[in-house]
Amino acid sequence: MTTKSYLDMELLRFTTAGSVDDGKSTLIGRLLYDSKSIFQDQLEAIENTSKQRGEEGINLALLTDGLRAEREQGITIDVAYRYFATPKRKFIIADTPGHIQYTRNMVTGASTANLAIILVDARNGVVEQTRRHSFIASLLEIPHIIVCINKMDLMDWSEDVFEKIKSDYTSFAAKLDVRDIHFIPISALKGDNVVDQSKNMLWYNGSTLLYLLENIHIASDVNHIDARFPVQYVIRPYSDKFHDYRGYAGRVAGGIFRPGDEVEILPSGFNSKIKSIDTFEGPLTESFAPMSICITLEDDIDISRGDMIVRKNNKPEISQDVDLMICWMNEKPLQLNGKYSFKHTTREGRCVIKDVKYKMDISNMSRLADDKNLSKNDIGRITIRTTVPVMFDSYRKNRITGSIILIDEATNETVGAGMIV
Amino acid sequence: MRAYNLTHLRELESESMFVLREVAAQFERPVLLFSGGKDSIVVSHLARKAFWPSPIPFKLMHVDTGHNFQEAIEYRDWWAKEINATLVIASVQESIDKGRVVEEKGYNASRNVLQTTTLLDAIEQNKFDCAIGGARRDEEKARAKERFFSHRDEFGQWDPKNQRPELWNIFNGRKHIGEHFRVFPISNWTEMDVWQYILLEKIPLPTLYFTHKRKVFNRDGVIYSVSDFMKLKPEEKVEERIVRFRTVGDMTCTGAVLSKASSVEDIIAEVAAARTTERGSRQDDKRSEAAMEDRKKQGYF
Repeated sequence: MTTKSYLDMELLRFTTAGSVDDGKSTLIGRLLYDSKSIFQDQLEAIENTSKQRGEEGINLALLTDGLRAEREQGITIDVAYRYFATPKRKFIIADTPGHIQYTRNMVTGASTANLAIILVDARNGVVEQTRRHSFIASLLEIPHIIVCINKMDLMDWSEDVFEKIKSDYTSFAAKLDVRDIHFIPISALKGDNVVDQSKNMLWYNGSTLLYLLENIHIASDVNHIDARFPVQYVIRPYSDKFHDYRGYAGRVAGGIFRPGDEVEILPSGFNSKIKSIDTFEGPLTESFAPMSICITLEDDIDISRGDMIVRKNNKPEISQDVDLMICWMNEKPLQLNGKYSFKHTTREGRCVIKDVKYKMDISNMSRLADDKNLSKNDIGRITIRTTVPVMFDSYRKNRITGSIILIDEATNETVGAGMIV
Repeated sequence: MRAYNLTHLRELESESMFVLREVAAQFERPVLLFSGGKDSIVVSHLARKAFWPSPIPFKLMHVDTGHNFQEAIEYRDWWAKEINATLVIASVQESIDKGRVVEEKGYNASRNVLQTTTLLDAIEQNKFDCAIGGARRDEEKARAKERFFSHRDEFGQWDPKNQRPELWNIFNGRKHIGEHFRVFPISNWTEMDVWQYILLEKIPLPTLYFTHKRKVFNRDGVIYSVSDFMKLKPEEKVEERIVRFRTVGDMTCTGAVLSKASSVEDIIAEVAAARTTERGSRQDDKRSEAAMEDRKKQGYF
């Protein structure tokens, strides 16, 4: 790979979900292996282990088993991140285990993904796990889904099997909020349609998985319309050269910012104008998500971490009452009327759970209005009241200004992941 | 560059700067662990960018085994001045002198494991509440599960089965007194990303990374530099070879590779063609399949 092409690559983050025996680890191993992202010493290590266990050939699934407990028990405990690159893109895989009790891991992996690969075992078709994973992908607003129908080798490479599963999935996915779904018949074990086109399924003339991963259009996944800049850190050098310098450092969460823009500071409501957008290399004429920059303003206003700079004519919601879909992540169930800390962009405060509207049955996406107990791995709709106003957009509109986490004040653990409705 | 679309290196850079700024905002006494290796050099470069025009708002700390390459020490002192940072040195020799740790014996004796005690002692003495490191998730299996913000209990231990979920780009750095965090801003970078970024940003590196003539010997397939810190076995021969180092660590466990790469471009070509991971030349990871996992649980970098 030449340096020139390397500097021109895009980044695609994707997550993989599948049940225990869907062949997810084999698929990831296959992607890494066939795209030549595996080094000789790694390969030798898994070859040895495969031999010791008396397995035939190389068990590609071993490549992704990280911790000793996982290797011993043959399970995946937590989200693991894998990396590979082709001349077109660099990929970050959030590899999550598929058991029911790991909904929280799937949510974690999905939270940063542009794309989800959902594995379906061709022998079993669309099962409860498939619906569960798809619902989570939809809830987390992952823009693209690729449904890989795996183990086609065990179903005689049958087009009918593929079409049946595709049609089953399509009819249930109508209930989901997903904009872009693709279907690929594969065999992760044999490599068909993963990196190389299958010779066993000539009836399929769509793309291979890797081709799709390399070419799917992701540039419009980021919100470039609604300008949002959560202030992360105030930069005051107090040096002779930058005596009166006061810069607001942060990462653009949406829209475009340019010097000269009329802006409003929230929640104070003061108005000002952008004087400069600074970086180590020099000032910029414009900036957009997800750039990390430093903004200076024409006026001397009291601004601190947790404030938000927005365009005067395009403001987020500002409220102390926030409605969320929440995924509960802790052993201790959510407490109605309980108090928690929250973090939203760079802003934090405390909140109280005012109402649990319903719990979701994520196997069939129905609302359980009578069940208001949210335990670990449950998802439900709640209302919170915050001690300080929160400046937010719906999660659907902006994944950064629309997401929130709840923290247990006694243990400091992250207990809930919220998507603002 | 396409309109309103960042290249992957700039996106990684932006993510890392965001993480570094979160550290400065969320912790009272953070410190950047600096080894003189390329990864910690890149992290300190990113920190310089993240807080410009202010200097980096935390100190650099080097855990000095006393068995370092001279070139790495010279570079360390020069770079700290260059980026206007204060350097703290935590010495393994001092830990040995104080009886906190006992030196290993035998031909393969290394101070690598001893560093953990020195590191944890230094964190406690200096009341650091967050140690920033240059570890990457692509380096090793146990690291693939590491968070950006990694919680450590009052014993400095990592509990991989009970990590806080890390969602979106919201980092939870809350902790009780006595606990601390390890933060890894370049978690999502690969070895190739680091090299391409060094080239793109023209970041100066210690000379060890580039080809040079060196007196070496071969032990169990690893090429070691001849030094006062390693005793040769009778059958081992000293040879002069053209080598460079892919990682910079303690001399007793860092192997060289035969290489004529004299520029960052040459190294990139070499990395692209490499068939072993960079930790493949690190003897410390070969001790057992779960070596890194065990050391991390105890509080290693």
